[in-house]
Amino acid sequence: MAEEKKLFKVKIDNITVEVEPGTTILNAARTIGGEVVPPAMCYYSKLQGSGGKCRTCLVKVTKGSEADPRPMPKLVASCRTTVMDGMEVANITSPEVLDARKGVVEFLLINHPLDCPVCDQAGECDLQDLSYEHGVSGTRYEFKRRTFEKEDIGEHIKLHMTRCILCYRCVFTADQLTNKRHHGILKRGDASEISTYMRASLDHTNFIGNVIDVCPVGALTDRTARFKNRVWFLKPVDAHRECSDPKCCGKVALWMRGDEIFRVTARKDKYGEVEGFICDTCRFEKKDIKDWIVEGPRKISRHSVITAGHYVGVHKPQETVMKVMDGRSPRLLMDIHSVSEVNMPQVDLSQIEGPAHSTDFPTKKGDQ
Amino acid sequence: MQSLTNRAKPVDRRPMTFAEKLYLPAIAKGMGITLKHLFKKKATVNYPEETRPFSPVFRGLHILNRDEMGRERCTACGLCAVACPAEAITMEAAERLPGEEHLYREEKYAARYEINMLRCIFCGFCEEACPKQAVYMSETFAPANYQRKGFIYGKEDMLIPHPQKQIKENNQ
Repeated sequence: MAEEKKLFKVKIDNITVEVEPGTTILNAARTIGGEVVPPAMCYYSKLQGSGGKCRTCLVKVTKGSEADPRPMPKLVASCRTTVMDGMEVANITSPEVLDARKGVVEFLLINHPLDCPVCDQAGECDLQDLSYEHGVSGTRYEFKRRTFEKEDIGEHIKLHMTRCILCYRCVFTADQLTNKRHHGILKRGDASEISTYMRASLDHTNFIGNVIDVCPVGALTDRTARFKNRVWFLKPVDAHRECSDPKCCGKVALWMRGDEIFRVTARKDKYGEVEGFICDTCRFEKKDIKDWIVEGPRKISRHSVITAGHYVGVHKPQETVMKVMDGRSPRLLMDIHSVSEVNMPQVDLSQIEGPAHSTDFPTKKGDQ
Repeated sequence: MQSLTNRAKPVDRRPMTFAEKLYLPAIAKGMGITLKHLFKKKATVNYPEETRPFSPVFRGLHILNRDEMGRERCTACGLCAVACPAEAITMEAAERLPGEEHLYREEKYAARYEINMLRCIFCGFCEEACPKQAVYMSETFAPANYQRKGFIYGKEDMLIPHPQKQIKENNQ
């Protein structure tokens, strides 16, 4: 007979929840959901050992436990602190926590460049959301920011070390998903950087593409979709395929425009964590709609910029001209492709390897 | 029924007097008003030759700006297109090749940038959304055309002239 497990009673922002011993405060808050969940930049529930690096999930423990009711002297990282019975936690109800979080965001943004207009992550970036919600609009930092050269690690992944916030998620991913990891943190302190030793390529492991999905910022981005389109112009669609790799779940989100697949990512939940890791073959090589079985459009929170221009419940009226005109089709007065140079039929941006260049666009008369 | 304003007048249905039946005083009065208007300031302008001055906040045709070195400022971030309520703006981005640094300011630029002036409602949201000060609205409006194809404005229609090239031409 299985003995009854003793559950711990925790109060987070005056909401009581019962969780198993050994649960962290962050995960206890996630069982409640909603606004009381502290934001997390480095913690990733699918990766063992992640968390404790970014300090955005700081909370105030106002009562340690039933046995020892003293509050904890300092704010604690909720992703690494396990709950005790009778613990009382203040997250958004404590002005001290909100103030500390504001400071943490300012620290994270010290070296982060303001290149969101260029960055491919913009629109789905955790740091963008976090600083919008908790940060201040200006910076007080007057010194030179740390800069790095852009690096191609492998054929498909672009590393912008300048944008990195050193959350270590990609290192854990490479460690736990691939059998041999080739990239990690070099150097120490504020000089530390994600890199590959001796510029080794990462292409020989079939799961390294997942570092793109786990990256909370735009430090690791997909080269096959680089600069092709902004996320809010693409329509996310749930799709799956039979993948030969047993570790790959095969369930993905396709980012489409018309019939073109610009990007394939794993499906992310509301905390920005993937539901299942996918292999590199699915991610980088299957850019044809025939490879996939489409399930339907993906639900996106209406607060996200990705929903901009996605009209729901659109009722398209039937073509009546053909009926009225005895089967003759209407005469087009202007074909948009005869004038417009955007979206040319002979240029398929999604089929180009890597980012498009000026050489990929045919020049018309009168172009410099 | 209660009137909405107190300016309503009941219709006068009394038979006309002899002076009214003559009509001449009324005609003279009307001609007087017409003659007065001949000497007033005209309300219209002879448009193509003369133009009305625009207010400084007038939102006219878009221009694409360059920086002081003549490089295109637009980085194809798509914020103007997502802000556009009429969905008039489309663009395609490309990566700057080595050797093109004198043409484009950032590593990413708009290889294609088009505004459909038939759709544009000149609300100015694109100008407001632009984080790079690349799109501005000028004080002219789109010239009339008999065909629709003249209203698709591409990059070459909107980019301002290169500042240094223009100085050279002026010196020659």
